[in-house]
Amino acid sequence: MINYSYTILIPLIPFIVFLFTGLTGHRMKPVVSGIIGSAGLGIAAILSYYTAWQYFWHSHVAGSAYVPVKAFEVTWLRLNENLVINLGSLLDPISVMMLIVITTVSLMVHIYSIGYMKGERGYHRFFSFLSLFSFSMLGLVLATNIFQMYIFWELVGVSSFLLIGFYYEKPSAVAASKKAFIVTRFADLGFLIGILMLSFTTKTFDFISLTSPGGPAIASAGGATFLGFSVLVWSLIFIFMGGAGKSAMFPLHIWLPDAMEGPTPVSALIHAATMVVAGVYLVARLFPVFALGAPDALHVVAWVGGFSSLFAAVIACTQTDIKRVLAYSTMSQIGYMMLALGVSGYGGHEGLGFMASNWHLFTHAFFKSLLFLGAGAVIHAVHSNDMRDMGGLRKYLPVTHITFLIACFAIAGVPGFSGFFSKDEILSAAFEHNRVLFFIEYAVAGITAFYMFRLYYNIFWAKETHYHHTPHEAPYIMTIPLMILAFGSVFAGYLPFSHLVTSDGLPFAAHINWSVAIPSIIIALAGIGVATFMYMKTNGLPDKIANAIPHFYKWAYHKFYFDEIYLFVTKKIIFRYISTPIAWFDRHIVDGTMNGIAGLTQLTSNSIKDFQSGRLQQYGFVFVSGAVALALIFIFLW
Amino acid sequence: MRHELLLTALALVVLIIDLMLKPGQKNAIIPITIILFALHTIAGFLPAQPGELFGSMYRTDALHVMMKNILNVGVLIILLQSVTWLHKDENREKMAEYFIILLSTLIGMYFMISSGDFLMFYLGLELATVPMTALAAYRHHETKSAEAGIKLLLSSALSSGILLFGLSLVYGSTGSIYYNDVAASFSQTPMQVLAFIFFFAGMAFKISLVPFHLWTADVYEGSPVNVTSYLSVISKGAASFILIIILYIVFHSITFLWKDLVYIIAILTMTIGNLFALRQKNMKRFLAFSSIAQAGFILLGIIAGSKTGMTSVIYFVLVYIFSNLGAFGVVSAISNATGKENMDDYDGLYHTNPKLSLLMMLSVFSLAGIPPVAGFFGKFFLFTSAASAGYYWLVFIAVLNATISLYYYLLVVKAMFINKNEAPIASFKSDMATRIALIMCTLGLFAIGFWGQLYELINNLSIGILN
Repeated sequence: MINYSYTILIPLIPFIVFLFTGLTGHRMKPVVSGIIGSAGLGIAAILSYYTAWQYFWHSHVAGSAYVPVKAFEVTWLRLNENLVINLGSLLDPISVMMLIVITTVSLMVHIYSIGYMKGERGYHRFFSFLSLFSFSMLGLVLATNIFQMYIFWELVGVSSFLLIGFYYEKPSAVAASKKAFIVTRFADLGFLIGILMLSFTTKTFDFISLTSPGGPAIASAGGATFLGFSVLVWSLIFIFMGGAGKSAMFPLHIWLPDAMEGPTPVSALIHAATMVVAGVYLVARLFPVFALGAPDALHVVAWVGGFSSLFAAVIACTQTDIKRVLAYSTMSQIGYMMLALGVSGYGGHEGLGFMASNWHLFTHAFFKSLLFLGAGAVIHAVHSNDMRDMGGLRKYLPVTHITFLIACFAIAGVPGFSGFFSKDEILSAAFEHNRVLFFIEYAVAGITAFYMFRLYYNIFWAKETHYHHTPHEAPYIMTIPLMILAFGSVFAGYLPFSHLVTSDGLPFAAHINWSVAIPSIIIALAGIGVATFMYMKTNGLPDKIANAIPHFYKWAYHKFYFDEIYLFVTKKIIFRYISTPIAWFDRHIVDGTMNGIAGLTQLTSNSIKDFQSGRLQQYGFVFVSGAVALALIFIFLW
Repeated sequence: MRHELLLTALALVVLIIDLMLKPGQKNAIIPITIILFALHTIAGFLPAQPGELFGSMYRTDALHVMMKNILNVGVLIILLQSVTWLHKDENREKMAEYFIILLSTLIGMYFMISSGDFLMFYLGLELATVPMTALAAYRHHETKSAEAGIKLLLSSALSSGILLFGLSLVYGSTGSIYYNDVAASFSQTPMQVLAFIFFFAGMAFKISLVPFHLWTADVYEGSPVNVTSYLSVISKGAASFILIIILYIVFHSITFLWKDLVYIIAILTMTIGNLFALRQKNMKRFLAFSSIAQAGFILLGIIAGSKTGMTSVIYFVLVYIFSNLGAFGVVSAISNATGKENMDDYDGLYHTNPKLSLLMMLSVFSLAGIPPVAGFFGKFFLFTSAASAGYYWLVFIAVLNATISLYYYLLVVKAMFINKNEAPIASFKSDMATRIALIMCTLGLFAIGFWGQLYELINNLSIGILN
């Protein structure tokens, strides 16, 4: 038995850094707080790599299953004999994989931000929030039980609220951070209900006993039913609601595009690689329960994922804010991951979707954070988010250009780049289990290639716009992280993932399924081709196409009016038809009646009218009538 | 009996010392009282024998002692928070009165908690209520404060009347006022249902449950801040303790009836409290309505009817003491320093008074139930206990309400941290006592959540409905 207890340091170091820079940051030179933050994350990253090496290779007997290891655990609350809440860290293939993803991307973002945030007010505040976020996210993935996960889940929400609202002087940033917080809180309501239901049917919070194939959760699958589903299915659907909120799945996606108001490195960290995939991680974490105990819940996951990926991809084609294009692209890619989990079975080759989903999570983290950081470098150079203000930048930003292109190839699924391998496994898994979703994903693959290259050409090719001053390449502190991530975007596809991260811990052999892969390559290249034709040189074609389908284009451009629908429901329906009538009733009926009574009393008791406010009688009246009404109800009606 | 005797002695000692002090030295009464009360609080934790007195009119065991100790801690914080305010010129005259009145209401609450029959209960109730009106009208030269006092007096007279009517029906139908006898012979005849509902209405008035809550906002707004926090935290906490004990011990034969009643009242209270809190602009009124909504959550633990239910109620009240006193402490500090009590006045507070703003943020986060602050655990245990009794829809509504409440709690945070203000409240320094009180609240907000044994400790003493 190897001692992994040092892994507790991985989340703890960012936390200490957060406290330190948060409390003393304003006394030091700004750049020092950035260096301290990066150094802390660097140590956490080294420890994570060491953990991964030890877990996957050093302590592992080739061919045997990877078993979950509790590196550290303390009892925190003892609710009763069976329901105990612990705090600890759990190591298994997916949590170790997430450690690598989080620390790597976070480290890159820290280093990049030293350059990007230069001269911003609240520099040290930014870095202390980044460390807080990293701590929460690491605590989330290491959670040994669902309750601990929930606590860190909320902490992640709080820290992302702080980061999105970092430019708190900008009203739109404040509105966006509030929106993100409230929408995800609403989703977390489902999560909490799901946790309560799950823990009461299974009598445990612990992930290991929940997910062991003979464990209480899976054994309870045949229990009482409600509306045709067992309690277990309902609880998992509620839990998935929490995951869908964090992962911006339809219809809880509305916060993600607005969250782009935050600083760009934050988008790269939170909205590309870490927080938004927490929902995928949650489903993957409970995967055996889903697959063995509640396949119905898994269908929900698959369809929500599949629909979101298509929905977001269509919107992405019409947006002109480069960060919003990337935001919708993220939503679409996470839809892919959810779908892959949804179509997966448990064990061996059946679990292909599970493996593919985690693999795509891994590769996506690299290329999507690279795209965001690249977009950040572009925004840094031209001081605009809108692709119509860009064009011809390849001459001015050579490093950004090449790394961005690599990421575009990776996300489009061009052979040789990481995205190709992971996407191919997802498509194969969908092909084997659900043909409808499989064809949807083919379409999404083509649309993805199209909108990514639309973005690419509009930024780096097309007609050069007139710039106020010549754009210049970002400093090395920003371009070096780009290069490192570009390296990952290419080579993350060559890892033997099916030997490391599988649904049951046992390695299996996954091959590229060429009958699925070749059409997908053709579709991707077709998407790129169309984009090249339309956008490489500025011409009238895009407008013509938009004008040919005006309604659909406008509809998609306005994100299918989802924000408006939500506003309508909250403002018009809830406020107008529920709150306003209550207020009206209160003001007119209650007060009116009472004023009448009070008026009558005032007439008869002029001598003491100054002493009586009139309203006290109203209070007494309500009190007595309340008591009498309750008495009547309970004596005669009940 | 030690709690009651010590506190009575303490109140008398304060009275006598105040008489002996010369006019120039009157201020000395403040530290003397606080130190004596702190000693009293500590003494409360010494081991005590369970037992009965006066033919089981009075009874005490570890559960009662724990409840009293929880109240003591809260009162200690309030006394510390009152120091600055008492030093003001217009309050100097009556410092000793403030302490004596406040302590006598606390004695009343002790007796209510330890009561073994309805007579003792009623005596305690009146002792806890009547002096309260004097406190609410403490600044009687101010119209609002005088109005608050008279409103509290009249509406509590009404509620006592109804409650007493209910108790007389209890006596009439069962022939006894002892809890044990009543419990043994109570059934579901219409007269007894009426008796129970009138009793419940009286208690609902104390906890300010809808529709018996109307007095709350006016009285809270008119009273001095420290009195408001005493009313909304200590008075409400004590009444919740007593209600749960009596429901579990005395009315266990009509559990099915009061559970339905509590169900309705819980939904009404949470929802209406929340809807009104949304509209408030005055901080005290805002906290008043939000405390109504909080009382609705307490009912979730009561309705569970189990040992976990009682544990979660006691735990929640403990957490609530720290969170609400934290919030009131900040409001009181600001009100004392500047006289400002509106939410708009808090715009940009973070830039001038960061520490107060942070504590305020933690307190409202705790009230809203955001982890990792203690309030989250309080709510969570209430929800689990109701869910384990099968009240899924009620829990669902409660969670929905908790989410709504987040909105208005965040408004306060937004005002302090985000809203711009040309002339925010200037920075000021609080005195030592206020600081100690606020530090206690901050520590409590974290310590209670993370000190797991505390929950077990309460759970070991709690009881469920007797069968």
